[in-house]
This record gives sequence, C-alpha cells and structure tokens, in this order.
Amino acid sequence: MNAIVRYFKSLLLWELLVGLRLTGRYFFAKKITIQYPDEKTPLSPRFRGLHALRRYPNGEERCIACKLCEAVCPALAITIESEQRADGTRRTTRYDIDLFKCIFCGFCEESCPVDSIVETRMFEYHFEKRGENILTKDKLLAIGDKFETQIAADRAEDARYR
Amino acid sequence: MVTIEIDGKKVQARDGAMVIEAADEAGIYIPRFCYHKKLSVAANCRMCLVEVEKARKPLPACATPVTEGMKVATRSPVALMAQKGVMEFLLINHPLDCPICDQGGECELQDVAMGYGRSESRYGEDKRVVKDKNIGPLIATEMTRCIHCTRCVRFGQEIAGIREMGATGRGEHTQIGTYIERSVDSEMSGNIIDLCPVGALTSKPFRFSARAWEMQQRDGIAGHDCVGSNIHLHVRRGKVLRVAPRDNESINECWISDRDRFSYEGLYSDDRLNAPMIKENGIWRAVDWETALTFTANGLKKVVKTHGAQQVGVLASPNATLEELFLLQKWARGLGITNIDHRLRQMDFTGQEDSPILPGMPAAIAALETADAVLLVGSNIRKEQPILAHRLRKAALRGARVSAINAMEYHYPFPTQHCVNIHPIGMVHVLAGVAKAVAKLVKGADAEGFDALVKEIKVDETAREIAENLLQGERKFVLLGAPAVAHPAYSTLLQLANFIATHTGAQFGVLLEGANGIGARMAGAIPHRGVAGKMMEKAGLDAMTMMSARLKAYVLLGVEPEFDCAHPGNATGAMTEAEFVIALTAYRTPHFDNYASVMLPIAQSMESSGTYINLEGEWQSFQGAVAPPGEARPAWKILRVLGDSCGLSGFDYMAADEVLAEIRAASFAVTPSTTMAWRCPETLGLPQAQLTRVGDVPIYAVDALVRRAASLQRTKDAIVVGAYLHPVFAKRSNLVEGNNVTARQGEAKAVLPVIYDERVPEACVYIPAALNGAETLGFAYGSVELTPA
Repeated sequence: MNAIVRYFKSLLLWELLVGLRLTGRYFFAKKITIQYPDEKTPLSPRFRGLHALRRYPNGEERCIACKLCEAVCPALAITIESEQRADGTRRTTRYDIDLFKCIFCGFCEESCPVDSIVETRMFEYHFEKRGENILTKDKLLAIGDKFETQIAADRAEDARYR
Repeated sequence: MVTIEIDGKKVQARDGAMVIEAADEAGIYIPRFCYHKKLSVAANCRMCLVEVEKARKPLPACATPVTEGMKVATRSPVALMAQKGVMEFLLINHPLDCPICDQGGECELQDVAMGYGRSESRYGEDKRVVKDKNIGPLIATEMTRCIHCTRCVRFGQEIAGIREMGATGRGEHTQIGTYIERSVDSEMSGNIIDLCPVGALTSKPFRFSARAWEMQQRDGIAGHDCVGSNIHLHVRRGKVLRVAPRDNESINECWISDRDRFSYEGLYSDDRLNAPMIKENGIWRAVDWETALTFTANGLKKVVKTHGAQQVGVLASPNATLEELFLLQKWARGLGITNIDHRLRQMDFTGQEDSPILPGMPAAIAALETADAVLLVGSNIRKEQPILAHRLRKAALRGARVSAINAMEYHYPFPTQHCVNIHPIGMVHVLAGVAKAVAKLVKGADAEGFDALVKEIKVDETAREIAENLLQGERKFVLLGAPAVAHPAYSTLLQLANFIATHTGAQFGVLLEGANGIGARMAGAIPHRGVAGKMMEKAGLDAMTMMSARLKAYVLLGVEPEFDCAHPGNATGAMTEAEFVIALTAYRTPHFDNYASVMLPIAQSMESSGTYINLEGEWQSFQGAVAPPGEARPAWKILRVLGDSCGLSGFDYMAADEVLAEIRAASFAVTPSTTMAWRCPETLGLPQAQLTRVGDVPIYAVDALVRRAASLQRTKDAIVVGAYLHPVFAKRSNLVEGNNVTARQGEAKAVLPVIYDERVPEACVYIPAALNGAETLGFAYGSVELTPA
C-alpha cells in the first residue's frame, strides 16, 4: 500500500506542490519588500541615526560643554574642548564626533542635561575623503538646524515615556 | 589620650581633639563643609551633626571635644536624619546646574548630596541670587553657589595673614566678598580655590577648560623658590591645565603659592622655541638637531682652539635641575672651561672659598614654626618664599619675636618686633650694631679683628633688643634672603650674620634664589668647586666677572641675561660683543635673536625629569608631566649629546636616573650646612651721599617661566617698572609722580616714570630688577643718578 502511495505522490509531484503552496501563499500575500530608496520603512521616534547639536528657538546653541557625553561615550568617539565665551558662558570650542568610532548607542543623548546632542532619523550618509568621518561642531549644528522640526517632534512624542 | 567609641569602634583620641579629628584618624567618614584640618573650627555648616550618647540633640562633630567613654554614632537614624535635613537646607539656595559649574565632578557638595540629598527638591520658592564679584585675575567667582562655609574667610585671616574676604549680612542675606570691591592680592590666594567646597571660587585661567575626570594627575616639584613645594600637575592630552598642591607636611603642608600654581601658563607662551635654530651670516634658520648640535660643538671648539678655554663663560639658571647642572659642568670642565656659575644676581664674591658648600638651612622647614626668635636680613620672605613666610607666621603668632633689616620696607604677613628699613650700606651698619650688641652681651663672643671693625658703630636700642631676642629662647634663626645675596656687601652681611648666629646659638640660613641653588652647588655649577663641593685646583671666573671680562663665547642654560643677571646692561653688552653665544633656552626672545649664534630649545622642569634640592637639603626627583613642545628636548639630553659630539667620554647615559646616581655617589653625606670660618671684612663701607638704587626682583619676575605667565602678570604683585621714591624725599628732590626721569648707573641708563612709594627709605630709589624697561640698567643695589627726562 505504501509503495502505491509513494508511486502516485512522486508521479503527481505532490511534494513539489506542497512546497509551491508556501510559494503561492507568499505570492498572493501583502508584500513587505521596500523599494529602497523610492520607498522607506517607518522609523521610531527613538531611532538612533546621525548626530546633531540643537539650538534654542532664539538661535543660541544648547550645548554648555558639561562634557557628560564625552565621559559616558563607551567608544571614546566624542572630543570636546571648551572655554569661557566672551559673554561669560561655558561653551565648546570644539565638538567632534568620530563616526568611525561611534557605535550609535545613544548614551550621549541620554546623558545630555540640555537635550543638545541628539541622534536624528538620518542614516543615509557616506564619506568620500579621509577626515569626513569627523563630525565637527559646525556640521553637527547644521544637521540640527536642518532637522530641528523632526527632532523636536520626536522628543515631544517620546517625552511621556521619560 | 582618651578612648571614645565611634560607630561601635574603639578609637584613641588626643585630649581636646574634636570628634571629627578622631573619626578622620580612624577612617570613619563624617560629611563636612566648613571644617578643614588646617583652619579654625567655625561649625557653621552643620553638616557634620552626629548623635552622641546622652546628648539631647545631634552635635556638630567638628566642634565637640572628645571625652572619655563618649559614644558617637555617625550613621544612626538620628544622625542621618539631621545630616539629610542640613543637606536639604543647603541645597535650598544652591543652584542645581552642576553641568555648567566648573567644580562639577570634584565638588564636595555634589558628592555629599549624592549620599545625603533627596532625589528631588521639595523647595518651590525663588532661589537666592548673589552678584558676582571681581576679585582679581586669578580667582573666578560665582557667589550664588556659595554655601557660607567661610573657609576662604578663615584662610585669609589665619593662613595668608591678610583678612581679604569677609562675610557681610546675616542669615540668607549673608554674602562673602572682599571689603569695598577690592581684589584678593595675597601671594597665597590661589589656595582658596582648593578650599572652596563648592564652585563659588574657581581658577580663572583654568575656567571651563576641562573636567576633573578628563585629567591625569602627575606629581611634580614647584620650581620657583628654594622651598620645593610638592605639586600635582593636572594634565590632559599632553598639556598642563592646572596645578594643585600635593600634601607634604614637612614642606608645604597643603598650600602652594600662586606663583607655583599659575606659572604653568608660561609653558604655552607664544614665544616658546619649538625647533633648534642656528644663525648663519646673520640669518636665523630652523634646523634639525644633528645640524644644530654639530654647529654648536664646532663653534665652541673653534673658540676654545683660537682663544683658549678661559675665553668661554658658562652660565646656568638656578632653576635648572641637578642633572642638567651636573652635565653642564661636566661638559664644560671636560673641554677645559673653568668659568661656570649659576649665582647670576650676586655681585660680591669675596671669600667665596670659605663660604659653606651648601648654604641652605640646616634645620628642617617645619622647624621654623617652632622658632622663638628670628632675624631676617635682606629678605622679602613673603614674596620670595611664601610658604616659609607662612611657617614664620605660625611662629610669630605663637609669640616668636621676628625682626628684619631691609633696604626697603617689606610688609610681612606676621607681627614683627623691629623692622629696620635703611639704605643698603646702612643695613651693614645696623647688622654690625646687632653683632656688637651680641659681643657685649655674650661672654667670649669675639673674633679676630671684630672689635676694630665695629669700633665706630654705635649700639642703639633697636640693635640691643634684636640681640637680646636672639639670646632668649630655644630655637632661633638668622636668615638671609635674595636681596642680601644681591647686596654689594654680601660677604660682609654673611660674616656678620654668621657671627651673630654663632654667638647666639641661632640657626643660620641663606634663602637662595631659584629652585635649585643648593643643587647647583651640589652639582658643581660654581667656578671654585666641583661636584659635592670638591675644591677646584684652578677657580674660574664668577658670573659677574665673566660679564665684565667680555669673553669670546658664552653658554647660557635657561638664562635670559638681560633679566637674570646682576648687571643686565653689562650682561647684554658682553653677549653682543661675544663671537659665539650658545643659548639653551625655552623661549625665543628678540635679545637672543640679536646676539645668540645658536638657540637650542629646552624643556621646562614640568616637561623633563630631574631633581631639585631644596633649602633643607631634601632631594626631590620628579618626572616630566608632559612632553616638551615641538622639537624641544630636556636639557640633560641635549648636554649628553653635546658631550658626545665634543668627543668627551662618560656621557653615555640612558636615563636621568643614571646621572642622578652618579651625583649621589659623589655627594654622599654632604648636607646643607652654614658653618663657615670667620674672615674679618675689611670695612663696613661708608654711607654714600648720593642716591642709592634698591632693586629686588618682584615676585612675578623671578624666572623666564613666571615672566610669561599671563594671569600672574595681571595681578597687583606684577609691579610696573619705575623709579619708586618716598613722596617726602621725591618732593624735596623736585621729582613729581608720573613724570619721567632718566636713571643713570655709570653708562647704563633707562627712562622711568616716578612713582611715589612710602616703603622706600630716604636717599634711595627702588627700581625693581628683572622687569622690561630695567634691562638696560646696572646693579640692583648701587649708586644711581636721577635726572628729569
């Protein structure tokens, strides 16, 4: 009896049909492939992408050079130099993030007492020359300025879980 | 001794000790803000409240004396509740913005708040805000952060000796500040930065530049006075960012002077020399080390060959390390050069052969505290060795009788009995008067020719009292300072002081200029003695004669002749006329550009390993805290290679330790001693009718590094060059304040503004040495003419 069943199964390509059932199920199911870069996946407000330094609405940079991010950074990617600005406030003269070292853990963001250093949703970037991996203070502030609306919205959304 | 119990642990405590002292000794921590081991007890922060058995309420541990059988609980519910309560009250008015505070990370309040504070504030009212005060270029203030511990106030009163800060108002309205908006000018003021438990008083030059956790702490020895204060250098990324004291009870306790604290700024001066440079056909060119050293060796050998080794003069700064000075003299003497000296500001070398090998202080520095009587001869001890002045202050407050004989009035931070301020020749006469009084009072106090010498001298009341003071009590000191060493009759002062010390049983000491005056003598950087004081067969020329003899070549180790030499005008002349000048220097100056032939960049003491011997004979070795900038190298390495390239043997050292070991082996058992034979001075000199210059070196002009420390140069102690005259005398001589006068010392002259100064005695004009504007003048002590310019 078993021999007859096996004969018909192999004759009618039964196992092939079983396999094709899975194929068929996925063929008709809703597709999850994203046509990157035309299409993009949704990102969490907590997404940890490229860094940015934020400003206050009046244009003043938030960073007060407390150096907590530098201290907490497990990859030692952040280098800060600071001094007293002419108006007497504590400010950075240098704020470098080495993206080759950074592991995007988000500790810097976590430690910042003034929500200055943040990680944005930006993850599409590349380097062409040696040295471009260093995000300087100017670049960071420029990124912050560019994405401020998004950054602020993300912080607002996440605020209730903090 | 009494036995008490703290947290169930039996602890032995001194009678009359406070509970907190006993706890500290037993290693039991009690939180505190106002208590400091070196200051009086104020008990105003209340943070150290502890529970004492049978006491109704918690008691402050810093103000509760121990009693036999006392039982103290520092962590009981009652004690903790009290401590947490105090913490909450302290934080009511303290801003909670640690991230922008410079003290963040090293703040006592922050630390204690972590242990005793609440996680959230219950206080919702407005916080107190206090206006910041400008208290000078060294200390930054943020008075809102002040918790009124009054450590800074007590420091001024008790340690620095000048009450500069105080508390005004009461309760919440208390404000700490200076009286009438003055700056804090004490030469020890920087210590209040360390004392302040919060971020109210912080270092201004360091402000906002780094965090405590980023910096590494390296040990060092301060290199500006003969005390050799122990310091910590705080280093980040190869740069010294600040200096803090390192506790050493026998030397500097827990204090350092502002000069030691802020001089590091000079390391990063713009004129720092970063590469070896040689001058060819009048044009300066930066070259590599090999070229520079070959050029140096060839140039020097050429001078030795054509003019002879006696035509070369070697001058070293007394701030150079023992190893550098040793190699310098080994190299020079290996080439047959005998003219080697470090006594740059001295002008009287009479009897140098008989003078002690290491004229420091035979007693320990700490022994100054126990002094019963002290005689200072030509010493502005407060500005020259602030740490020693503090020791003397402790002695004076205990009742020691301190007298001083100076060429101008110096303000000491301690009460004095007699301060004689008289023109330089007068100083010798007054000291001779004291010596004569001693001879009268002590039986058998006599020396060959002494009676004849002091025959004309009248013993007045002052001289007699000074002598009597020195005869009473157990521990007595006669101390000579830098103005005495630069005095035209230094040898006479030395002999008279020695006479007085010998016959009164006092300790006799010379407070030499520079960090390593003793070390320089130990290393043999002196014309008539070799390593460890071995007499040389043929003595070379002393520093002053080297200049007036106009030699053909000079070697300068860390010396800026126009500022560091006894006769700057003469020194500059000698350098300019010389054929070949080798400058081992950390800085490139226009003067060197003008007369040097080669400039070799050297490391400063903070950047090189070395050893200093302080005035009590303590050998203190240190390692370089940071690397020297650019191509600069430690001078001992340069001298080692120079020795090799001049074809000398015995220069194959691999480390500074090996050099040190060689000196140690040679100088075994040579310790500072001021025992010296009596050699009767020929004359005491006659008062000159004309005007005399009095010219000590201001506190912030003592060496090249300090002269470049920007913040120190903005303080009130960084005085401007000028002709300082007593107003009465000036008006009589028709010299008006602000007008320019030409000061002439022989051929040397300079145009200076007249400044009134009541500290200057009659017939004297104070023209400070080692300042820009005085580099064309002559001897610091000598006759001078003033004519309206």
